[in-house]
Amino acid sequence: MTDDREIRQTLASALVEAAKSDDRIVVLDADLMSCHATKCFKEAFPDRFFNVGIAEQNLIGMAAGMATMGKIPFAYSFAPFATRRCYDQIFISVAYSGLNVKIIGSEPGVAAEANGGTHMPFEDMALMRAVPKMICFEPTDATMMQKALPQIIDHDGAVYVRMFRKKAAKIYDESLDFKLGKANMLADGDDVTLVASGIMVERALQAAEALHADGFSARVLNMHTWKPVDVDALRAAAERTGAIVTCENHNIYGGLGSAVAEVIVREHPVPMRLVGIKDEFGQVGKNAYLSEVYGITAKDVYEAAKDVISVK
Amino acid sequence: MDAEKLNFLAAKARQLRDDAIETIGTFGVGHIGGVMSVMDALTVIYYSKAKNLDPKNPRKKDRDRIIMSKGHAGPAMYAVLADLGYFPREWLHTLNLNGTNLPSHCDMNKTPGIDMTAGSLGQGLSVAVGMAAAAKLDGNPATIYCIIGDGESQEGQIWEASMYAGSHKLNNLIVLLDYNKMQLDGALKDINDLAPAADKWRSFGFYVQDIDGHDLEAISDAIDRAKASDRANMIVLNTVKGKGARFAEEASNCHSMTITEEMWRNETGRKA
Repeated sequence: MTDDREIRQTLASALVEAAKSDDRIVVLDADLMSCHATKCFKEAFPDRFFNVGIAEQNLIGMAAGMATMGKIPFAYSFAPFATRRCYDQIFISVAYSGLNVKIIGSEPGVAAEANGGTHMPFEDMALMRAVPKMICFEPTDATMMQKALPQIIDHDGAVYVRMFRKKAAKIYDESLDFKLGKANMLADGDDVTLVASGIMVERALQAAEALHADGFSARVLNMHTWKPVDVDALRAAAERTGAIVTCENHNIYGGLGSAVAEVIVREHPVPMRLVGIKDEFGQVGKNAYLSEVYGITAKDVYEAAKDVISVK
Repeated sequence: MDAEKLNFLAAKARQLRDDAIETIGTFGVGHIGGVMSVMDALTVIYYSKAKNLDPKNPRKKDRDRIIMSKGHAGPAMYAVLADLGYFPREWLHTLNLNGTNLPSHCDMNKTPGIDMTAGSLGQGLSVAVGMAAAAKLDGNPATIYCIIGDGESQEGQIWEASMYAGSHKLNNLIVLLDYNKMQLDGALKDINDLAPAADKWRSFGFYVQDIDGHDLEAISDAIDRAKASDRANMIVLNTVKGKGARFAEEASNCHSMTITEEMWRNETGRKA
């Protein structure tokens, strides 16, 4: 079921609400205000909204400067330009300097659709994961984004949010018990664990249903926080199910599959399969088409699960 | 400026040069050229202009900020900060040693009094622009000083930041360009020329002053005029790389030099 709320509008509205009682919050954008629904923040707090134009290095540098003055800046751009384009600025001016800057990168992976290969980041989380102390978070739906925001504000340090900006599949209702860094278990099972994030969560749940029809039960973990990854949840999953499939809308090199494997190889080695982009560039196309092309559909998850179960 | 003040600043600049020469010389190698060329401007800023600095409370909210964007001039900052009492003078002999609080490039989390980490060139100006914008938002009276290099100005980010500061008239921002016309590999004019530097910033909407960067009175007057301007400010400091360290001025390239004990003692007149 598609959510009735966009993630971008949910975040922007939640920032307006939070900013009413927290004057540290400021928002910066790089000429993509209209794409991020941050206009409502500009209207509510015209002095606290900074559109820096198409200049992402300056976007991050200014955010860092504001953080030194006690602000909590939220700096927005499309994910490739919020990470790749200004990587050294994030690394030195924000992270190495220990500053409290929140980076919002939108349109992850195949979600970039018609903007194509130049705008389609399969590497943003790998880049951010390699920045020491950076929190790397990918919300699944509007409810999760809303619940995450206070924790993102409260964390005194840099956070990268990989944000699907439109209406995602609705996974959660208000009962969601959300904690940054703690995986959310959506289904329990004994035969395999599907570890998913972002748009892949819905597909993992669909794959789990298909596996159920074949007589297998799958645990489904929503690993929304790629760093720090939830070691306890992964160890428990490996011990219980003995096989893992990771599911990501991202290059398998450096992404969620890598993050999970780094833990599993140390904590409790079990067979794994990595569903994700296999070292390819992006291209134009609809999400569904691109997901077929790159092998990140629910069927791909299902087949990877059958394969890994067969070698247990 | 009265003669007494001028004499004080001149003597202070000389002492700080000697402190920095000793600091780098004790380690044995370092960025002597760009440390010497900014020392007169730093002296005027720290000992005559900067407001609300408190060595006992280096993160005081309303203090003026001083960003050394050309982070390799760290030893120039350390000479000043030690002299003002931000940390013990003995630290100057720990430059770049294992576990030091004084790394070659400025680090806000290691050195009391350093307002921003720098070293990857081109980044400090954007940070200063963010500080200036935040100060205006809060009604914070701080003036934001940012010292950039001429070689550093080959970085594109300098121009992203300048375009924003100019178009938003951030008149609480005073950028000082250490225009010594030399970079690591040689002369800017042979590598990638910044000239005409003043015109470039003028066209970006800055109030630009083009002065002798070793004339203490001219620096002081320029800062006073900048503080009264209604635009973002650029003071082009025409400087000499290595100024005030004869062995550096005489070298064909003094960006980074090996400095023996004999060299630094000879230059400073400080006995063993």
